[in-house]
Amino acid sequence: MGFEVLLKGNNFLRLLLGLGVSLRISVISVLISILAGIFLGILMSTDKPVIKLFSKIYLEVVRIMPQMVLLFIVFFGATRILGINISAELSAIIVFSFWGTAEMADLVRGALQSIPITQYESSKALGLNQTQTFVYIIIPQIVRRLIPLSINLITRMIKTTSLVMMIGIVEVLKVGQQIIEANRKVSPNAAFGVFATVFLLYFLACWPISLLSKKLEKKWEI
Amino acid sequence: MNTNVIFTYLPEYTEAFVLTIRIAWLGIAIAFGVGIISAFVLYFKIPTLSAIVKIYIELFRNTPLLVQLFFIYFGLPRIGINISAETCGIFGLGLLGGAYMAESIRSGLDTVSESQIKSASALGMTRLQIFRFVIFPQAVSVSIPALLANVIFLLKETSVFSAISLMDLMFTAKDLIGLYYNTVECLLLLVVFYCLMLLPVSIIGGYVEKKVRFGMFGV
Repeated sequence: MGFEVLLKGNNFLRLLLGLGVSLRISVISVLISILAGIFLGILMSTDKPVIKLFSKIYLEVVRIMPQMVLLFIVFFGATRILGINISAELSAIIVFSFWGTAEMADLVRGALQSIPITQYESSKALGLNQTQTFVYIIIPQIVRRLIPLSINLITRMIKTTSLVMMIGIVEVLKVGQQIIEANRKVSPNAAFGVFATVFLLYFLACWPISLLSKKLEKKWEI
Repeated sequence: MNTNVIFTYLPEYTEAFVLTIRIAWLGIAIAFGVGIISAFVLYFKIPTLSAIVKIYIELFRNTPLLVQLFFIYFGLPRIGINISAETCGIFGLGLLGGAYMAESIRSGLDTVSESQIKSASALGMTRLQIFRFVIFPQAVSVSIPALLANVIFLLKETSVFSAISLMDLMFTAKDLIGLYYNTVECLLLLVVFYCLMLLPVSIIGGYVEKKVRFGMFGV
């Protein structure tokens, strides 16, 4: 079946290291997206027309452009148009952060707008000042709504990092291909075993996270 | 920027565009089919089948399409299952989409409260009538936004087909960039064609979403 290839030498370790590359890119992008997304989301929930227009265009671009196209634009386009040379990994991080920030900002905005105005009014009636209202009333509610959704964003980010092999980053799929190529003569069926393993590795990376997200969502249901 | 180049490339892009759309819509149609069946299996809690459906949904929701395609296209032939790139693309998209559609439809079905179903049966409605007149209209209006988001997501996912050497938009762009180095023009065309494919869906989707929102009673 081709699984035996993985037991030869350090092939399996190489696959895991490849997965590590994908995970590293996604963790960095997730951190940037969450921070930038919270900031942008708060900005977007204000009613300034300029910000509204800008955020609408930004969100629509992210919504309809495949991440792969964005990757190509940054990786191939930037060199050509701006004359700067961006490494494949950096362009992947730029694209995923650009995409993730939009998603996160939209989540933050949605969460902020989902808090009914009565919450603000009641806390005012109770004599809380604005900082107290935010710290004790609004933020705890928003965090409960946001955490499951942003955890979900992390799994999507991990899944999307599989695209980076298309711009030449050596990650788990590429390592898999290399192993298959190197063992073409000895085990011709390696493709099945290796890709099945990659499939499972991705599943094992994402499944616990999405389970956690589901569990928290249920626990904090309002 | 060279406008002549753009016109010379147009036919190739159009061809790729047609191929992408064909695969995308066939895949999405399969996704809807698989999704509806899976959602029903889960909703009516059919034994054993619903365990299988659960595993299928978790497996396909938690792995990237690229990895699924590699497995189907390069892996399966090694154990004697040969499929062409196009069929692989259609089924890959269909299976991935099915898992997402199933979740969206099921969550729509779940919003219809138990008491409504009980009241309907107290009024003497048959199971089929309950489904047709009580559950279905409410579930549809709840799931439509999620289903539309899935359609857009699946249309975007078609961009990975180039990895299994289907001559889609992405493949054409990469190919032409490699051959003639007209990077800017190729990327511009790529963006324009993806806009052509996705903007209408996004705009119509927004309109439909507004229309059905009024149907959300009792939610």
